[in-house]
Amino acid sequence: MSGEPAPRWHRATGSGDALDPAEADDLFDLAPCGYLTTDPDGWIVRVNATLAHWLDRSAADMVRMRFVDLLTPGGRIFHETHFAPLLRMHGEAREIAVDLRRSDGSRLSVLVNASLARAADGSPSGIHIAVFDATERRSYERELLAAKERAETSEAHARTLARTLQQTLIPPTPPAVPDLDVAAAYRPAGDGTEVGGDFYDVFSLGQDDWMVVLGDVRGKGPEAAVVTALVRYTVRALAVATRRPCLLLEQVNDTLLQHSSDRFCTAVLVRLRRREGGWRAEIGVAGHPAPLLMRADDRARQLDLLGPLLGVIEDATYTDREIFLGPGDTMLLYTDGVTEASGPSGFFGDDRLLAMVDSGPTGSSAEVVDNVLTQVLAFQSGVARDDIALLALAVPTT
Amino acid sequence: MSALIRHDVSVSGRPDSPPIVFVHGFGCDKNMWRHVAPTFEQTHRVVLMDLMGAGGSDTSSYDEERYSSLEGYADDITQVVEELELQDAVLVGHSVSAMLVAMTQLAVPERVAGLVMVAPSPRYVDEPGYVGGFAEEDVEELLDSLASNYLGWSTAMAPAIMGNPERPELGDELTESFCRMDPAMARRFATATFRGDHRDLLPRISVPTLVLQCTDDVIAPVAVGEYVAQHVPRASLVMLEATGHCPNLSAPVPTTQAIADFVAGLDDEAA
Repeated sequence: MSGEPAPRWHRATGSGDALDPAEADDLFDLAPCGYLTTDPDGWIVRVNATLAHWLDRSAADMVRMRFVDLLTPGGRIFHETHFAPLLRMHGEAREIAVDLRRSDGSRLSVLVNASLARAADGSPSGIHIAVFDATERRSYERELLAAKERAETSEAHARTLARTLQQTLIPPTPPAVPDLDVAAAYRPAGDGTEVGGDFYDVFSLGQDDWMVVLGDVRGKGPEAAVVTALVRYTVRALAVATRRPCLLLEQVNDTLLQHSSDRFCTAVLVRLRRREGGWRAEIGVAGHPAPLLMRADDRARQLDLLGPLLGVIEDATYTDREIFLGPGDTMLLYTDGVTEASGPSGFFGDDRLLAMVDSGPTGSSAEVVDNVLTQVLAFQSGVARDDIALLALAVPTT
Repeated sequence: MSALIRHDVSVSGRPDSPPIVFVHGFGCDKNMWRHVAPTFEQTHRVVLMDLMGAGGSDTSSYDEERYSSLEGYADDITQVVEELELQDAVLVGHSVSAMLVAMTQLAVPERVAGLVMVAPSPRYVDEPGYVGGFAEEDVEELLDSLASNYLGWSTAMAPAIMGNPERPELGDELTESFCRMDPAMARRFATATFRGDHRDLLPRISVPTLVLQCTDDVIAPVAVGEYVAQHVPRASLVMLEATGHCPNLSAPVPTTQAIADFVAGLDDEAA
């Protein structure tokens, strides 16, 4: 539209002459859309035959009504809060969806375009409204909207489910162990909406006797969650009778092989027994990075431990390593979300991790965990590409 | 985050003069005041804000629970008033914001000198002994209407309402956000607005209050304006010869005049 508030008739008749009044009336009344004009306050001034017919009202009756009187009460609120302000401020409003009321009270779903006409002094002089029957389109839109709402509800449901599952699999904080300083952290990959496969668990086997498990089920999603739960609770159940990590791992391996899932899993198990001046730790690993040991008076090193993955080889066997943790010693368990984190400068890697714990804080397990987590996240610009699980065990110096 | 940033607050006029805060209603944004607020820049410190979800507000801090009742929106206004350290402020609320500014007055009475309620309604749905103008199912219909319009707005409407070559004086900042809101936020705001009952607020308002009532308002009919004026202890009712629910757009001159007269009366009272 070029400066004219209302459309003008084009000289489109065959002869090229202007419309005669009868043609103009036909064009107005028999247009395939409804058309009405109102004064600036919304009182109907003129209405075409098409709209009067659609609404089963006489044009004469309609000119005693306001446009809002044709709307449903809910539509009136929308008109007053959106349509009218938009028209006033923009001079036009397009594709507004409303229902118009027929004389018998039934509704006609329409789309409305409106433009504001202005007098020479700029004040509103009237409103032109074109009305398009949108019954089919609106019912389609309603279906679309309902489908969208269903999809959103189901997505929200799935997210809640994933989060709930996640929360049952990852204890938020490890239990307090007397005379041992335990801290753990878990960060799911990405936005955390998908159930990951990293887990950890700390539970008591008896007086001064504890089991620590940290593992990583390959893959993500519900199936990984099932295997995560299976492994975690199998370890708990078997640990009642079998306490040596290597034997426990053998039995978990059997259980996983018997399970229908073809997922495999890595894990590290640490059995801790209180002894004079510290803790005796028996450690077994299954396809998992061996823990790091930070002695109070020595450089950090990775324990020399290997063992096959869980759920792949039948009759796999495992070996335990036994060490003594004295005052000031710390052991760090982690998943490969740490070392395989990739950033602009490549993989995070074992060496970087060792160097970092060496130069980082020692003494408090929470500080060790925080330091690693912060740096690994920073390395990936804050977004973990894989799940990260960390668990540190420190023997207090006093 | 500062409430001033969160609500895209603009402050103009005379810094040392008494403050006047304009709050828009459901549907659009602070541009609703562009024919009214500038007049007060000669005599007042003029504050404009966008309610959460509207106009230039920052929705990154949106909280479903907070914005499921009007108290959350009112608390935002209170935060703006407190952050600007306003004293003796006149709060002007259009439509639902008439109730919001009332809540703010009750929250920080020491900062507020007067209220202006433009086209207020404390309760939109009829009840035995009370005529609000709407039935419960009408509200449902409004929510449907919002849903079907926002469906179109989220996609096809966007280019259509961008830019307005015919009236360049409106400026570009108006075109993109005016009358647009995230559909879920709009629905929640509409539900809190049109299903709520805030009549119990009225007798507790402790400052002079101007009720501006349009003669022909299909949302807040005259009887409702009269109800408000009767139940607010220090209220005066001024009828505006205006059609519709937005006299700030359809009758800006008498609207501005009525507010200016009220504000002048407050100053006399204080003097």
